[in-house]
Amino acid sequence: MKRTIIRVTVAVGASVLLAACVAAAPKEKTALEKRLEDPRVKNYIVGEKMTGYVFATAATRTVQDDDFENPAFLWVDIGEENWSKVDGAAGKSCASCHGDAPDSMKGVGATYPKYSGETKKLMALQHRINWERENRMKAKPWKWESDEMLGMTAYVKLQSRGMPVNVKIDGPAKPFYEAGKKFYNQRRGMLDMACANCHVDYPATMIRSNLLSQGMPNGFPTYRLKWQKVGSLHRRFRGCNKQVRAAPYKQGTDEYTNLELFLMDRARDLPMETPSVRM
Amino acid sequence: MKYQLLIGAVLGAALTGAIAAGSANAVEYKIVEDTVPQSLTGKPGDPANGKKTAINRRKGNCLACHDMPIPEQADHGQVGPPLLGVGSRLSEAELRMRVIDSKVINPDTIMPAFYRSTGLHRVLKKWQGKTIVSAQEVEDIVAYLMTLKE
Ligand code: HEC
Ligand code: HEC
Repeated sequence: MKRTIIRVTVAVGASVLLAACVAAAPKEKTALEKRLEDPRVKNYIVGEKMTGYVFATAATRTVQDDDFENPAFLWVDIGEENWSKVDGAAGKSCASCHGDAPDSMKGVGATYPKYSGETKKLMALQHRINWERENRMKAKPWKWESDEMLGMTAYVKLQSRGMPVNVKIDGPAKPFYEAGKKFYNQRRGMLDMACANCHVDYPATMIRSNLLSQGMPNGFPTYRLKWQKVGSLHRRFRGCNKQVRAAPYKQGTDEYTNLELFLMDRARDLPMETPSVRM
Repeated sequence: MKYQLLIGAVLGAALTGAIAAGSANAVEYKIVEDTVPQSLTGKPGDPANGKKTAINRRKGNCLACHDMPIPEQADHGQVGPPLLGVGSRLSEAELRMRVIDSKVINPDTIMPAFYRSTGLHRVLKKWQGKTIVSAQEVEDIVAYLMTLKE
């Protein structure tokens, strides 16, 4: 797959070069302008907001668009299998209570993280999945970055694909949202950069070989070529923290869950695109 | 005239063992109207090493954000202005200020302070109390930037 992507990049580069030679010194198109020429990206733009799909290369988009080629579906399949697999002392599966996921889980993934009156906490979908396992199924919780958890999260979010992100940030969710916003704008690490420095101030700009996106969360869990597997949004947060030489938090901490809520609100109205594919 | 005395980094009391390049014990320097007129080390900068330090991803990594006249390196970033000709536009003292701590000039800039180790939040343990580059490397980078004439 990597090889195809390189080939396509080369081809695009060559045609740009050709165009530049033919026309009389036209202004070279920016990386974003080139991407906006692809008609497929229009569904991933709402007003000023753009998902990571727009900033991805055409070849990466092609892989994401085909569920048979998209490697993230290996994890979705794990999720689908576990959906109806009985586990734990209560002798239940997800399906015992929720029936068919395409019906019962439609739209659910677009509303997380969500405040739960029961636990008095802001819960990411992963927290909710483990809560169900521990309390209703009497089953062991899954580790955040395990194939089981990634698979179930991707499978549940897939049932919202194309639906607009729609999280609640008022009422009891407000303080969590505010904490996430503060995190987002806080400079950190030896390089002293906030999330906003890269993803608000410089999207569509090349930072060395990377085209900065708006850092949207709506495609996670995502298959990353760099990881050679599916990974969670909180794993991405750790990476973005470490690249500015800041101490990262653990996946599933309150800090990252609050940050996830803030990002989902930034992505409000953009379509859910889990499971996405990224470089 | 505005005089300001800044201490580049805390003294490395907490640091044990080897002090690597870009470590604690940062030297003090004087800011004079958004410039640092005096060399941090008193030793002339080496432009060849400055270029290497600017390229090095673990050190200056200037290419992440700036287009520079270094064609042998691919993928120059576009976050900051191109640096070709910067040695004609800015003086040595102005360049030194920008490499040491650009935020003195523009508090909102994304450009890291390459010679500051205080006032930072949640720095990874292994970088705590250290500056990104050493005092001599600041001088080397400045000497290199001075060669970038238009
Ligand atoms: C030094 C620049 C920089 C900083 C600071 C930074 N990021 Fe990123 N981030 C990147 C780069 C480069 C990528 C990969 C290309 C892209 O999607 O923007 C990325 C990707 C992402 C993505 C994946 C987007 C997608 O569609 O796959 C998310 C989400 C994200 N960042 C969130 C954050 C958050 C939250 C923070 C702060 C905790 C942060 N970033 C800080 C540079 C940065
Ligand atoms: C993360 C991005 C980033 C990195 C890394 C970075 N810079 Fe910058 N730099 C900028 C931006 C943005 C500006 C524009 C001025 C501002 O933001 O205040 C700038 C401005 C400058 C200027 C002033 C240019 C002018 O024409 O006025 C100089 C000189 C400079 N940088 C040198 C360097 C050097 C040398 C390095 C590496 C040791 C470096 N920069 C690393 C982002 C960066």
